[in-house]
Amino acid sequence: MNEIVAPLAKTGYLGPEINLVFAMLIGVGFGFFLERGGFGSSRKLTAQWFGKDWSVFRVMFSAIVVALFGIVFLDLLGLMPFERLYLNHTYLVPQILGGLMMGAGFVIGGYCPGTSFVGFASGKLDALVYIIGLLLGSVFFGEAYDLFAPIMEMGDMGNITLPEFFGLPALVVGLMVLALAAGGFWAAAKVENLVKDK
Amino acid sequence: MSNKEITAQPYWPNLLAGIGLGLVLLMAYYIAGRGLGGSGAVTRVGAGLLNLVAPEHTGGLEYFSRYIREGKVSLNDWLVFQTIGVFFGGFVAAMTAGRFGKTIEHGPQITAKQRLGWALLGGIIMGIGARIARGCTSGQALSGGATMALGSWVFMLMLFAGGFLAAIFFKRLWL
Repeated sequence: MNEIVAPLAKTGYLGPEINLVFAMLIGVGFGFFLERGGFGSSRKLTAQWFGKDWSVFRVMFSAIVVALFGIVFLDLLGLMPFERLYLNHTYLVPQILGGLMMGAGFVIGGYCPGTSFVGFASGKLDALVYIIGLLLGSVFFGEAYDLFAPIMEMGDMGNITLPEFFGLPALVVGLMVLALAAGGFWAAAKVENLVKDK
Repeated sequence: MSNKEITAQPYWPNLLAGIGLGLVLLMAYYIAGRGLGGSGAVTRVGAGLLNLVAPEHTGGLEYFSRYIREGKVSLNDWLVFQTIGVFFGGFVAAMTAGRFGKTIEHGPQITAKQRLGWALLGGIIMGIGARIARGCTSGQALSGGATMALGSWVFMLMLFAGGFLAAIFFKRLWL
């Protein structure tokens, strides 16, 4: 058995320079699909928050499902061990506060960070101003870090996944996510019709 | 560009765009062992700019000092390259779909100038929020969602809750 084991940049198949070239190519794909999905437009994006257009939800969840099953199957086949992948650490309090803030920031600013790059790349000046805001916000956070530091490690649960938390196999949780997405798509279509009729 | 309404192609169906994005995300894990990011590169560039203006001050900041090696903030970084790619990919997609055009998008109840003010405010809130949560819609929701990180799923839930809640108070901006 001599399979190619991923991630390629961590198993010696790709050097650090080539990894950066791939980073750019992966970014090109990311930006391309975001734009084609309509996410270079703040009006299309924010229609999500008024229930009128659930594209953000549908695109996000179909992307998550595809990547999730890819990751689970590659792990089961031994082609990409899950432990080698970067996993977001769970700090409940900052993730709850940051999530709420970013939901509000999304409505007020019209974009999320990734989509604002695509908005600017398609000529939207509001996206450029939003990006300047992002820069200012990040710098403010760094300047005022003492203010945020006390909450940054609150609710620390370590590197924990949903399968570990629920004590279920990854494939089962994957199927639950798939069911959640399917149910969500069905409900989203209902809500869209309801809002349209109003 | 004045006739872009006539020539612009329709957006792709959600499922098609989503599957494309999902495959790109999977490729990021397969190649680099990590997911996608939106806000990370902005923070690095912010640290770099601040370091240019006030190097001693920046080096003394607990949060930014980690970005500094030998007095400089290196832009030879995975997320920086990925983000340059995002601009390029977005540009190519918009151009080839006939959607590129210098505009300011805004709701019917506010002016373009007002929209810019709100965009700045939203960006600032998002910039701070992304640092608190250690990632944004890309790094937490998409990437953490696909790797089933518990905290990222909590984040995603809160992002949607925050969005729907804020929409009640900021209807005027978009409707």
